[in-house]
Amino acid sequence: MKKQPIFFRFAVGAALAAVLAACAQPTPTSAPQQPAEPTPTTAPAEPTPTAAPAEPTQTPAASKGKIKIATQSPLSGGQAALGVGIRNGAELGLIDMGKALEEMGFEVELAPFDDQAKPEVGAANAKNIASDPDILCVVGHLNSGVALASLPTYRDVSLAMVSPANTNPKITESGYPNAFRVVGRDDVQGAVGEEFARTEMGIKSVYIIHDKTDYGQGVAEFFRQQAEKNGIKVLGFEGTEEKANFESILTPILAANPDLIYFGGIYDQAAPFFKQARERGITAKFLGPDGLDSPELLKLAGDAVKGMYYTSVAAPVSQFPDAAKFAEDYKAKFNEDAPPFSAQAYDAMGVCIRAIKTAADKNGGNKPTREQVVQAIREGGEYKGIAGTYKFNAKGDPEKAVYFVLQVSEEDGDPAEVWNKNKVVKKLEIPAP
Amino acid sequence: MAVAALPTPTVRRTLRMTLASVFGPLGQVFVFVVGSAIVLSIGTLLIAFLLRGTRADVDLVQATLVILPQVIIDGLVRGFLFATIALGYTMVYGVLEFINFAHGEIFMVGAFAGAALGSILVSSGVLNALPVPLYVVVAVLVGMVVSGLLAVSIERVAYRPLRGAPRLVPLISAIGVSLLLQDGVRLIANLSGLGFNARFQTPNFGPPLRLAEIPVSEDRAIPLILDVRALTFIVAAILMLVALNYLVNATKLGTAIRAVAQDRPTASLMGINVNQIIALTFLIGGALGGAAGVLFGIRVGTVNPYVGFLPGLKAFTAAVLGGIGNIPGAMVGGIVLGFLEAFVASYLSLMTAGAFSGASYADIVAFSILILILIFRPSGLLGEAVSQKV
Repeated sequence: MKKQPIFFRFAVGAALAAVLAACAQPTPTSAPQQPAEPTPTTAPAEPTPTAAPAEPTQTPAASKGKIKIATQSPLSGGQAALGVGIRNGAELGLIDMGKALEEMGFEVELAPFDDQAKPEVGAANAKNIASDPDILCVVGHLNSGVALASLPTYRDVSLAMVSPANTNPKITESGYPNAFRVVGRDDVQGAVGEEFARTEMGIKSVYIIHDKTDYGQGVAEFFRQQAEKNGIKVLGFEGTEEKANFESILTPILAANPDLIYFGGIYDQAAPFFKQARERGITAKFLGPDGLDSPELLKLAGDAVKGMYYTSVAAPVSQFPDAAKFAEDYKAKFNEDAPPFSAQAYDAMGVCIRAIKTAADKNGGNKPTREQVVQAIREGGEYKGIAGTYKFNAKGDPEKAVYFVLQVSEEDGDPAEVWNKNKVVKKLEIPAP
Repeated sequence: MAVAALPTPTVRRTLRMTLASVFGPLGQVFVFVVGSAIVLSIGTLLIAFLLRGTRADVDLVQATLVILPQVIIDGLVRGFLFATIALGYTMVYGVLEFINFAHGEIFMVGAFAGAALGSILVSSGVLNALPVPLYVVVAVLVGMVVSGLLAVSIERVAYRPLRGAPRLVPLISAIGVSLLLQDGVRLIANLSGLGFNARFQTPNFGPPLRLAEIPVSEDRAIPLILDVRALTFIVAAILMLVALNYLVNATKLGTAIRAVAQDRPTASLMGINVNQIIALTFLIGGALGGAAGVLFGIRVGTVNPYVGFLPGLKAFTAAVLGGIGNIPGAMVGGIVLGFLEAFVASYLSLMTAGAFSGASYADIVAFSILILILIFRPSGLLGEAVSQKV
């Protein structure tokens, strides 16, 4: 009798969470004029979180059908700051570049989905996305673990996923023909971080913490491999899902007295960790990957992270000269500074739109199939975006990706603004492995 | 003395009797705290001694010894966290024989009340001008009031109408309340600008206290650190436990609570307003949870709407470990669980040469030990002493 309640709680909790998650999504509506492969789920109501970003300019009679581009990223929960940036960046991309499709007679629409940074929610959304025949391309995700859970579903319906943020090598190394990304990879990022720590920071010993996700543990493993190879002493390698109370992890670190703590994970967990480490009197330097690239890190951790270094594949939007207009538009529309990864989402949207247009042209101006869109991305050649120029190799990686080493600004003020003043210490262009 | 000046009309207690009934159970808790710390330390040292030589790079015994005092402090802080939450579970169980699964969320709401207070104080510019002790008292009181009232309203709305129903029904209702609170707070936090990850702003508590320096080698010493926030937590938790013991064991109200716990129909025949006493139990349990939430927030610095789930689950475990329904048992269970977790998290990786990450496997090992304890003592460490219920 006493044991049962726990199980009930888990079971009911999981079931309810699934239901809630499903309800929270904008349920894809079926398109009567385009009955296609998978059976579309007809939703009674469509709680679209944002207004349709681009209004159809054609008269309904001339319309050749509706094209939707989905985004998947955490719009709620602890990592929403980056996830909403991806959605918003993609939305701006559709507003700016969707005209090309509208001129051909299509209605275009953004279909944002909230994956809550949870693999199971992302996989459930992916099924919804796959069953909506109007969705021809996906911009997402933020978390590699969520993308890896969703990719099999996308592959089964040959739906292209262009990721603005996923850095785990498995995304493109697992043989998915439909997986693309506009950013670098963690095997390189881990090595970039390690080299910077060893040569520029003069680190001799490191203690590595990760968040046990595909992304965080992945990049931490790559850092460790490089460190061991190059003679940095690895004093510990610990994973934790704890998000608030880190004292029992900090005590062994205090005793080990490393030169550096490398945190493979995302800002929402890293911020309290760094803060508590400093309060504990730990003086080691901090370093982390692109998951830390959010003003929220500074907001939550305060002084503890000022001046710390981190590597990124994204960098603050202020680093990209071509993205100046984007940054202005973003601020005007969403009333906040464009967060990291939003410019990459804009570019991912651009890749999607160009491919859909190419595929439609080949298809005699009619709506292309999903296979044709994947094909068009693969053969599309170079794409010049606002945060870089991308040409995809056979795996779906950009042939050359940019990696940054950045330093958190020590200025005071609103974290969102201060974050844009973060200094680029190093910028490397490295071909995909 | 205020304690002696509160005689009940029927039984006149002497100061000595009062003290005995208040500090008797606390003595029991103290024995268990010291005892489990010693047992675990000796056990760990023994393992370190046996494994000595398996690692060439470190002397395990020395490495164990240098962080031992720090691990004990960590375990104590963690244990008091579980203990203060476990009290809410155990009191409600004692009176209603019902597990209030929403209690973890009541703890979380207390933490958010503290975070909201902090953000209000910051925007009115008085936060840093407040003396730390005053701030702690105000914040804890706010958390207690918010969570206590919340617990009472939950009882009134979600549990009281189900009191005659089969036992599973209020349990499901409690799970519903728990989910409702999580996502309700998530909504409010996002709309109010606190954000999902709400910063818990406090005045500056100053640098951590350095209790000692433990020399490791000639040129290096490891400081033994007690964070002022952790100290605040321990002191506040002890004060709350003393007050609770006084209330339950030495006042007329406490007698009424114990009477309701023992036999509800008979208690009501004796003129006790049972509904009122049950509501009061929820108020006390909720207030303790709220205070724990605020103290937790002060210590960790960031709270989110799901922060109550795991501590709640573990506190429930702690209550079962100590003997559910038994107040000193909940404290003992919480502290033993806290020690177990701290020891495993800090030492597992060291003992296994990094093969098992202590932080990842802490729960597994701690809970395995817990299952072992429950196999040999199914009614918990202190047992479900019926006459001591509540």
